[in-house]
Amino acid sequence: MTGQKARQIDTIEIVIPAKPQFLKIIRSAVNSICEIRKFCREDMNNVILAVDEACSNIIKHAYGKPTNQPIQATIKICDDRFEIHLRDYGKKADSNKIKPRQLDDLRPGGLGVHFIKSVMDEVVYDNTPDKGNLLKLVKIIAKN
Amino acid sequence: MELEVFKKNDVAILKISGDVDLYSSPQVRNKILALLAKTQKNLLVNLKDVSYMDSSGVATLVEALQLTNKRGGKLRLYHLGPAIRDVFELSRLDKVFDICETESQALNGIIAE
Repeated sequence: MTGQKARQIDTIEIVIPAKPQFLKIIRSAVNSICEIRKFCREDMNNVILAVDEACSNIIKHAYGKPTNQPIQATIKICDDRFEIHLRDYGKKADSNKIKPRQLDDLRPGGLGVHFIKSVMDEVVYDNTPDKGNLLKLVKIIAKN
Repeated sequence: MELEVFKKNDVAILKISGDVDLYSSPQVRNKILALLAKTQKNLLVNLKDVSYMDSSGVATLVEALQLTNKRGGKLRLYHLGPAIRDVFELSRLDKVFDICETESQALNGIIAE
């Protein structure tokens, strides 16, 4: 590990079936981790929203519907950042086509990607898995 | 999540409590569509006890706004907590929705059906 890299403290893994009723479990876990790390209210709410939207997209787009297939969340708790990797085994996403919609276009839907990209500092669609998707989200936490 | 419908001065008020997410937003949508189908032109939504709202919840309210606009009615939201207000600001919809602080402000100028 280089001196510049943040020291990783702990890793927490959560697996839920890709069903909307279980999203609350991921939100609760992220909420608890943010509380433990003493994130400010705004950072906490933003991180919860982004992670929830990303999981919703896995259900809606990668799996196409609620399913017993897993959403695997790996949360890395570091000194200066919140990092979460979301793994699914559904349809591969074309990262070139994942774009936030124009906010001037008032219509229901399409806001999830906007939320994710607005609140997270890094959003990486990792295409290396043979099957499914790996999304890496990072939020840099400002020091008080 | 819980949904309650009240009437004040004959105006329908939908009070939502709990989390509005991918799981619960279809129930909110069905309730709003049912209320607007019953000759209600105007609708007030009390969000005081909404602890969390995702993009599917926002989308449901956008659909309701479009429906009431089309009918020449009004949709007003009130009692938004900080977390819910953040979501509307993040989507820049705080400038699109008629957001009030209190119920009496939300009722102001609304004509009963």
